Amino acid sequence: MNLASVTHDLAFMTPELVIAVGAMLLVLMGAFVSKSAYRAITYLSVVVLLVAGFLGVQHAPDNAQVLFNGSYVVDAFGGFAKLIIALTAACAILLSADYLAERNLEKPEYPVLALLAVLGMYVMVSAHDLLAVYMGVELQSLALYVLAAYARDDRKSSEAGLKYFVLGALSSGILLYGVSLIYGFTGTINFGKLMTIAKDTSNVGLIFGMVFVLSGIAFKMSVAPFHMWTPDVYEGAPTPSTAFFATAPKMAAAILLGRFLFEAFGEVVSQWRDVVSIMAVLSMFVGAIFALQQTNMKRLLAYSSILNMGYAMVAIAAGPVYGPSALLLFTAIYAITSVGMFGVLLSMRDAKGKEITKISGYSGLSKQRPLLSLALTIMFFSITGIPPLLGFFGKFQIFIAAVDGGVMPLALILVIASVISAFYYLRVLKVVWFDEPSVEIVGGLATTKVTVTGVTLMIALLTPFIGLIYTASMAAGHFFK
Amino acid sequence: MMEIGLTHYLAFAAALFTIGVFGIFVNRKNIIVILMSVEMILLAVNVNFVAFSVFLGDLVGQIFAMFVLTVAAAEAAVVLAILVVYFRNRGTIAVDDLNVLKG
Repeated sequence: MNLASVTHDLAFMTPELVIAVGAMLLVLMGAFVSKSAYRAITYLSVVVLLVAGFLGVQHAPDNAQVLFNGSYVVDAFGGFAKLIIALTAACAILLSADYLAERNLEKPEYPVLALLAVLGMYVMVSAHDLLAVYMGVELQSLALYVLAAYARDDRKSSEAGLKYFVLGALSSGILLYGVSLIYGFTGTINFGKLMTIAKDTSNVGLIFGMVFVLSGIAFKMSVAPFHMWTPDVYEGAPTPSTAFFATAPKMAAAILLGRFLFEAFGEVVSQWRDVVSIMAVLSMFVGAIFALQQTNMKRLLAYSSILNMGYAMVAIAAGPVYGPSALLLFTAIYAITSVGMFGVLLSMRDAKGKEITKISGYSGLSKQRPLLSLALTIMFFSITGIPPLLGFFGKFQIFIAAVDGGVMPLALILVIASVISAFYYLRVLKVVWFDEPSVEIVGGLATTKVTVTGVTLMIALLTPFIGLIYTASMAAGHFFK
Repeated sequence: MMEIGLTHYLAFAAALFTIGVFGIFVNRKNIIVILMSVEMILLAVNVNFVAFSVFLGDLVGQIFAMFVLTVAAAEAAVVLAILVVYFRNRGTIAVDDLNVLKG
């Protein structure tokens, strides 16, 4: 490997370099410019993310480019995922600005940490060997632990950070143990080389290691039975951090798991299909049933994300031919809708500016804030999967993939779980539209308003363009064949 | 004299890993003990990597072990910071008191 090939490879990593350099410059700016630079740093970090997101798509070559001796890959699949990750992360950072300012937490670290987490997600999405996987996962997780504990005078927040760390570190340990087994039993950590070696299914150590790695990533995705941390962390963390956790990292972990299984173990689907299917069924049921008894909106959305990651697992179980496009389309739509839902959550403030998280606090929202109620309704309908909204197409695509991919029972369970979940989404909407108002609800501040409006419009207005998104995700997902 | 081979290292690492995992779940006393368990898991992985690396005559495992060590240090720094914040808020680091969030 000579200098020329390093510069050649680095050119493909422009989006990552933009984020890395951007984060470092913003740290310096935060250190040397006065505290009032917080707003400027927040907006600049959003700009950095948008630039990186669009560069990610623009830079994606037609054929997958494997860089740095096979440890990194740049392709359309990753490019699409990176765009959505950057977009939703930018929305989450925008949502944080007013919330943190109101609570005297407006420190420049917040957007910078979010940027670093996104850098980790970019590495996860593009990783082509297990060292890159590990480094990406850790870069993302370390930043997220801090974001969870960010409200440092709040006991709930620091407890959330601690719980997130303990279970996150355990999952990293499990992932690493799996990596060490894979390395030991094959002599390589490269996805491409693993693909040829994995064809020999008699290698028990390799399969063992693969299941360990799968479980480790499932922790990060909050798929049952590794979901225990999700409701607690979602409830305890400051709401903008929760908005961040529920969107971009989920997508990155799902895409990473997809790439790991489709690429390194794509030839031996039978070895992992059962494990993935069981996780899918468990999380669909945990997500659908445990959400029914929640009274806190943040916990409800935590179970909603467990449920949706269960759907994503169905797409993965569909195998490397039908799975990738469905996974991409679904997680993208999920992430966008999710950030919108948290935007609504952040708009729920009482007269004193305190946030309302109890579902009962939403009663009569429609009479006080009709537009906000409309936005919430559109998002809930979208995530329930009611046509013609965006969410329907993601779910439909997974359904098709499951049928084509030969996992029909999962498709049926997906429909059942959707029906159960429709009940709790609609229950919230009933409280919003038909109950009498109990407390005065003041809407969100400026940036929150802009973000919610933007995302709602995106969900409502992108629907006619679903063909376009669909084609893009199809094209991006097909390179695995 | 008994020759110490790959199997011994793997058994040792597996035992260390298991003790670490149990240390996280069974321990009811102190959060610091959980951190020690996490370190133990990472060290078990390192033993595995280095043993495999020597056995395979391949350097990747040892390089990986270096990365794991570095990340473990960063992880310890982050979690100790969070722990200090937690202690300031609660005045305790007992695992049983980790119960504000429930449901």
